[in-house]
Amino acid sequence: MKKNLIDFIDISKSYGDNLVLDKFNLTVKENEFVTLLGPSGCGKTTTLRLLGGFETPDEGKILFDGANITDLPANQRKLNTVFQKYSLFPHMTIGENIAFGLKISKKSSSYIKDKIKYALKLVNLDGFENRSVDSLSGGQQQRIAIARAIVNEPKVLLLDEPLGALDLKLRRSMQYELIRLKNELGITFVYVTHDQEEALTMSDQIVVMNQGYIQQIGSPEDIYNEPENAFVADFIGSSNILNGTMIRDCLVSVLGVEIPCVDEGFGNNTPVDVVIRPEDIVITSPENGFMEGDIISNIFKGVHYEIEILANGYTWLIHTTKNADVGAHVGINVDPFDIQIMKKAEHSDEKAVNIDDKI
Amino acid sequence: MIKKVFSNLYLIIMFLFLYLPLFVLMILSFNNSKSRVVWGGFTFKWYHRCFNSETIMSAFFTTIQITLLAAVISTILGTLAAIGISAMKSKSRAIYLGATNIPLLNADIVTGISMMLLFVKFTNLSFVTVLIAHITFNIPYVILNVLPKIRSANKYTYEAALDLGATPLFAFYKVTWPEIRSGVISGFLMAVTMSLDDFSITYFTKGPGVNTLSTMLYTELRKGIKPELYALSTMLFFTVFILLLLLNFRDSKKARRQ
Amino acid sequence: MTRFKKQFLAGPYLLWIIGFIVIPMLLIVYYAFFSNGSFTLNNVMAITDTVNLKAIILSLKVGITSTLLCLLLSYPLALILRNINIKSQNFIVFLFMLPMWMNFMLRILAWKLLLSKNGIFNSFLVQLNLPKINILNTPQAIIFGMVYDYLPFMLLPIYNSMANIKKDYIEAAQDLGASQIRILFQIILPLTISGIISGVVMVFVPTLTSFAIAELLGGGKVLLIGNVIEHDFIQGMRWDIGSGLSFVLMLFVLVSMILSNAFSNDSKEQKGGNVIL
Repeated sequence: MKKNLIDFIDISKSYGDNLVLDKFNLTVKENEFVTLLGPSGCGKTTTLRLLGGFETPDEGKILFDGANITDLPANQRKLNTVFQKYSLFPHMTIGENIAFGLKISKKSSSYIKDKIKYALKLVNLDGFENRSVDSLSGGQQQRIAIARAIVNEPKVLLLDEPLGALDLKLRRSMQYELIRLKNELGITFVYVTHDQEEALTMSDQIVVMNQGYIQQIGSPEDIYNEPENAFVADFIGSSNILNGTMIRDCLVSVLGVEIPCVDEGFGNNTPVDVVIRPEDIVITSPENGFMEGDIISNIFKGVHYEIEILANGYTWLIHTTKNADVGAHVGINVDPFDIQIMKKAEHSDEKAVNIDDKI
Repeated sequence: MIKKVFSNLYLIIMFLFLYLPLFVLMILSFNNSKSRVVWGGFTFKWYHRCFNSETIMSAFFTTIQITLLAAVISTILGTLAAIGISAMKSKSRAIYLGATNIPLLNADIVTGISMMLLFVKFTNLSFVTVLIAHITFNIPYVILNVLPKIRSANKYTYEAALDLGATPLFAFYKVTWPEIRSGVISGFLMAVTMSLDDFSITYFTKGPGVNTLSTMLYTELRKGIKPELYALSTMLFFTVFILLLLLNFRDSKKARRQ
Repeated sequence: MTRFKKQFLAGPYLLWIIGFIVIPMLLIVYYAFFSNGSFTLNNVMAITDTVNLKAIILSLKVGITSTLLCLLLSYPLALILRNINIKSQNFIVFLFMLPMWMNFMLRILAWKLLLSKNGIFNSFLVQLNLPKINILNTPQAIIFGMVYDYLPFMLLPIYNSMANIKKDYIEAAQDLGASQIRILFQIILPLTISGIISGVVMVFVPTLTSFAIAELLGGGKVLLIGNVIEHDFIQGMRWDIGSGLSFVLMLFVLVSMILSNAFSNDSKEQKGGNVIL
């Protein structure tokens, strides 16, 4: 059983009238890669800034290794941050940037020299000590920012959308590098992003947030396969999310059609949200599907085709490896195991994500 | 907390340093007594005298004339020059920009004297020589405001307009002008400011009997301080204050809309 | 219009440059180095005359002191203004820049009024049972007036360069354990060097060369190099000596430009240096 390293206890924070976090509670365990995931304005960055010491909460406290650090200034906290971008000091060389924290903690010059070498090796930029900041590409700068943070041997590394400014290809390779780093260093990473793919790739735990509330905490698999509400389902990957009614256990009515499913315990005739992933829908002949409709668009995406089918007044999104003709009249089918039933949102914050306009 | 107190205290001290002299001036402009310390009751008489003073009023109108004429002419010349310079190869552009920098960097007194030498040699000092001098030191500010706008403007839209059959003048008005307009306007405003504030160059290039507010004030202040001048200062201060407030307000409103 | 034709738009400006910038400058050089058609160094060497030498040295003293005072007063002010965390920040900054737009004679008038013998300053001293002092007509009064006049010209570029520092830099330094003092000296100061330099140039050149402030607050009793030159041209009709001194003054301005350029290049090059400790 891993030890608790960070505890957020009943944290509230607002800017003016805007309540960003409301009685927020979260525990981060030692040696975990935790990702705070959510749309902009969901409070994820505020959470990170509270942890880094750049903001103080209005209420509640933050424990680090059991000690209360709520009012500890940023420069005295034993954690380091990798910022979004432009955070390398432009008037210093790469070496001076990396040495900055070490000099403050009065390390010997030979120690600092070794540390710089080690850190540059770790981020695959050996020999960059004397380069200037603006001679580096965005990806290289971000790796130096990581090096500058980890030489101080923090127990926790905070990363605030560090890959946001990079292009897709670079982002991918940096993701793998971050995973490797985390395994090599054996420290806790708290990562903030709005990119669900990034979160799914790297994390041990994902915390999905919206409007200052945690929507779901779980492993990437849990979050993807078993979203607890429509917000999570919608935010993690594209989905078909529909209003439905649970007729009884294992039978749900959607768009006037009754479909068998495997979910139980919602009660009879209960309104629910029904989530079907696009890759779980199978295109069949009209008579073999639970619903029939017309293909209205088909875009080749490289790995798969993205097809839209208008059936019973709803535009279904389907990912399939089989091509199909636009205009064709087809049926759609889905395995009962792949239908995800969720109870309707109760909190106002969950409702804030309006999924009805999809139907 | 202590830091906060200190910084607020410092702000207040600096504010007083900058504004206390001006406030004293304003209060004295309503003082019935000629004394600089004793309050002799409220009066508008210095404002009356200010408006009735031949010296002050003629300097005021000369200033307005010079400022507006110089700003308009330098804006036209400067904008044309900026368009021309932007089309040049880097070598001749460097020469032009180097020459543009001379009046910007040189000491005002040297610029003023050099032009005085020219004018005295070939003509007489007069209203026109002051105007020429003002245009000369204004043009660089116009160019420096317009040039970046031309550079950031899309090179090909003008050519596209020609390609679509527009005449050069029409293409300029419809395509180039909207892109450089803000630079031209700020260049114009800068020219107005520089003209209003200039003393040294005007001082050396003005003919007898020609006075702007700056040179008139210099002459008057050498003689002593007249209370009419308090009234003049107060009115000018509030004019500038309101104009700048309007300008800033307009800018921030525009920024918000974008 | 072709690119070639477009260049002709700069034609009027070219004539203007030649007529009103180049030829006048050449005239100064001519008057400085030729008297009655023959070459001479006497006019330029006039700077070594006791009066002129005294004037240029006093000018340098006044200019350097005023510039340093402006810098010392503006830098903390810019720091404080940058950190104001309220909606009215823009308005407060605006208030501190506003005097810059006031006619500079009027600003001198305000100070002359305060410092004059029967002015507020002295009556305040009398109230405190202290003797009146005559600040007017001393170099101190001139420095006072210059600092007052040119402070916003120092404040503006420094504030701008400070406002351009990304919050991320400060937070990154905090995150790495830096104290406030360390952040000021290792992050903010190096990143505002360019602002400091342009502020210094904007204040030093006019304070070195001004004659009006010295005339009005010095009561004609304090001679700066600007006053000497003004006298040569307006009162004495000694154009040759005046041109010679103007030429020397131009050299001083030129040297300070070169120095400031070298300085700002230096601070840029530091980035590429190889100093680790």
